[in-house]
Amino acid sequence: MTIHHQSATQLTRIICAGDISAYEVTTASLEQIQAENPNLNAAITICAEKAQAAAKRLDESIGRGEIPGPLAGVPIVVKDNLCTEGVETTAGSHILRGHIPPFTATAVARLVNAGAIIVAKSNLDEFAMGSSTEHSAFGATKNPWDHTRVPGGSSGGSAAAVAAGWAPISLGSDTGGSIRQPASLCGVYGLKPTWGRVSRFGLIAFASSLDQVGPFARTAQDLAAALQVMAGHDPHDATSTAYATDALNTALEKDIRGQRIGICPEWMSGNGLSTGVADTVSHAIEVFEKMGAKIVEVTLPKTQEALAAYYVLAPAEASSNLARFDGVRFGVRNEANTLPEMYKSTRGTQFGDEVIRRILLGTFVLSDGYREAYYRQAQRVRGQITHEFESAFADCDLIASPTSPVIAPLIGAQTDPLAMYRMDEFTIGANLAGLPALSIPCGYSDSMPVGLQLIAPKFREERLLSIAAAYERHAGQPGVAS
Amino acid sequence: MTWDVVIGCEVHCQLATKSKLFCSCSTSFGAPPNTQVCPVCAGYPGVLPTLNGAAVELAIRAGRALGCEIQDSSTFDRKNYFYPDLPKGYQITQYNRPICLGGSLEFEVDGQGKSVRLTRIHIEEDAGKLSHGPGGTVVDLNRAGTPLIEIVSEPDLRSADEVVAYLKSLRNLVRWIGVSDGHMEQGSFRCDANVSIRKGTDEPFGTRVELKNLNSFMHVKKAIEYEVARQASELDSGRKIIQQTRLWDDRAGVTRAMRSKEEAMDYRYFPEPDLPPLQLPDGWDSVPLPELPAERVARYRDQLGLSAYDAQVLTAEPDLSAYFEDVLSTGANPKTSANWVQVELLGRLNADGLSATESPVTPDALGQILARLADKKLSGKLAKLALARAYEGEKLAAIFEDLGEQVVDPNAIREPVKQLIEDNPAQVQKYLDGNQQLIGWFIGQIMKTSKGRANPQVVKSVLTEMLEATRE
Ligand SMILES: [Zn+2]
Repeated sequence: MTIHHQSATQLTRIICAGDISAYEVTTASLEQIQAENPNLNAAITICAEKAQAAAKRLDESIGRGEIPGPLAGVPIVVKDNLCTEGVETTAGSHILRGHIPPFTATAVARLVNAGAIIVAKSNLDEFAMGSSTEHSAFGATKNPWDHTRVPGGSSGGSAAAVAAGWAPISLGSDTGGSIRQPASLCGVYGLKPTWGRVSRFGLIAFASSLDQVGPFARTAQDLAAALQVMAGHDPHDATSTAYATDALNTALEKDIRGQRIGICPEWMSGNGLSTGVADTVSHAIEVFEKMGAKIVEVTLPKTQEALAAYYVLAPAEASSNLARFDGVRFGVRNEANTLPEMYKSTRGTQFGDEVIRRILLGTFVLSDGYREAYYRQAQRVRGQITHEFESAFADCDLIASPTSPVIAPLIGAQTDPLAMYRMDEFTIGANLAGLPALSIPCGYSDSMPVGLQLIAPKFREERLLSIAAAYERHAGQPGVAS
Repeated sequence: MTWDVVIGCEVHCQLATKSKLFCSCSTSFGAPPNTQVCPVCAGYPGVLPTLNGAAVELAIRAGRALGCEIQDSSTFDRKNYFYPDLPKGYQITQYNRPICLGGSLEFEVDGQGKSVRLTRIHIEEDAGKLSHGPGGTVVDLNRAGTPLIEIVSEPDLRSADEVVAYLKSLRNLVRWIGVSDGHMEQGSFRCDANVSIRKGTDEPFGTRVELKNLNSFMHVKKAIEYEVARQASELDSGRKIIQQTRLWDDRAGVTRAMRSKEEAMDYRYFPEPDLPPLQLPDGWDSVPLPELPAERVARYRDQLGLSAYDAQVLTAEPDLSAYFEDVLSTGANPKTSANWVQVELLGRLNADGLSATESPVTPDALGQILARLADKKLSGKLAKLALARAYEGEKLAAIFEDLGEQVVDPNAIREPVKQLIEDNPAQVQKYLDGNQQLIGWFIGQIMKTSKGRANPQVVKSVLTEMLEATRE
């Protein structure tokens, strides 16, 4: 096995033991990225020089006997909507070409402080708006399992990078499923933590009340390690919390016997759910049952309206969050004779169609005369869905479902935006309710990976990790795509 | 015909915090453009606001001083519009649930008490500044993100003079309690006025016009008077008032239409997802408020025995009032202090354009002068001379040494008086013949030889006594 295809935990162990240098690991990772990216297009920026310099500094500090961080020498790939100081950060948009942030996102900075080394900034749907990574100003990313298929999105580049073995850990952001859905389509773990668990400072906002930063990995242990490092209060994010992470440490060893896993019948059939995905997910749930988990039925009727509420609320916030891209202070400006012309020209040509569609939608639903019918109504539905989840968790510890209704679609096959929006059917509820949710690779359908989604009550990520680790002990670690 | 005028005010008041509302950039005035800017207040991609607790404390202080109901929980909203001085493309403000509701301000207009009800006070951030020049327009974001409170009144004001009195009183109050420095010329105290007129006090309110660009009390007065006359002439000639925003053009002395209701901005307000609700911690109301202007007026009048007029003058401005309080704390007589501060000191300060804090004579120095006056060590005349010299910068000790102490012992005066009577037999005879006015001349001579130190009353009684004694 290639050196850097080992788990993050294992890599740190052998680097700290002096069996191999961080520089060698970083270089191996960079060599693979440089060889594969022209075809895969999962990276927008490859941080070769900075990564090798950081690896050398780390090797020197280990040589001096300094105590390395828990992720020392681990190559990581960071979604390009997370700001990295001194490294171009585009959010997959023409409008941010050449934008070099003066600061690093807190989640990224914490991983770097723990010894991780950023090897690449990954491709995404522009401003994280999309479910296929086809809506990037830098071209579509391919699925490492089948280059004719999409990797999912919007964090498709980060999911593909971990699936392809570029790095054991990558970072994504999840607003309606943007970590879990590509994780499912690429056969890796993808965790969306509780809203407020990980700082959003430095994440280029799409829909602030739904956005959350989270990790991809190929082992449950790496996922837990990354979350452990990133979680916690950040003085730069007033919505971040100091909720304890102690339980994450012991979660991986925990017996899942007696855990009550809720199944929602309306999520297990219909809704465009393919039989291949349904069968694979059902089989995994049977495995949970064999391991001692108790399967209970729960009902979440209001989540039928989740998609509709989401496509009002998310664009509403996006229309406001993206107002700052006006050509005045950073990014690209189209020169014009008057201020309104400059605004129109810059925003009209530098944003992609999907972004413009959502800005228009969001502007409309917040406008005088429509706000009550759309925005406020969607807020009410959001409250009802949140309440419905709370009630469901009285009867179960977790809720299981498919992550995506289908396996990775073919590149270019989805021409109808609504069909693409439908792929988030099962994932959106957790964003609306602020709940932690995880996609576990649970098998294959038509030789393509299938993901199972687990949703837990707020700040109960350890329950997700316990199931993931137990399933991994049974089914083995998901492999690198080949 | 005469019209009933109805006015409500929206006052934007910059909070006197060291740093901005959502980042740690300085708020100081007059720095070179864009030197007090960070990624947060420049609205860079990825930044988030974090609320400055000092701004919240000042907003609460203002609310308490104005008798508002302080809300245990309030929330922030986004007000969306495009403008180059608004870095994020939205302003963070409190639209739905402001921190203060209700309240009122009592003040005097032409000696009459007046009370204006307040609707609300909310916290919000300021925008930056655009400068238009020959080379184009440049943006200065130094002011972007500066904390403001907006104090919104009910339509309780009835004339331009009432509005000016309200604003002066409000400005005095916010400066008094340290909430704002209240500099109108630096934009830290700005007012918009909603003006309408109606036929009688029982009539429903007329269509209102919002006046902006009122940068001084004089502008406020002139703009409102102009606008009232304009609306009256529109209605008198059978036209209707259009609901709109008008800007005061001071050079032309007119208000000009900026935008009508139909063109009004749709700000697409929605809750700010980046800031949790503002929950006030327990005990936020345990910090005592300082004595407020109205309370101090009452104390001066009722306990110190000052006239209503003196009490008003001495509390009209926080610096002066603090100065007067410091003079009182030296133990000086309140009425004497009030006289001296107003007559002797204020005239000089006003002439030199100085505030009370900039006075060359400290409250303590004035207290010492007044103490010597009270002890009769200085005559009134010499005390005034001492103040004048201290104002010019002379050291108090040197002045007192030079002036010496007033002579109040009659025996110390008998010798020079005896000499004067001997040297001026003709004047003495005239006095004895009935020219009583001459006593003044005698007093003057003694004051001259004593270099002003002799107490005039003592001199007079000794003189009278010794002149009468020469009759025998
Ligand atoms: Zn700043």
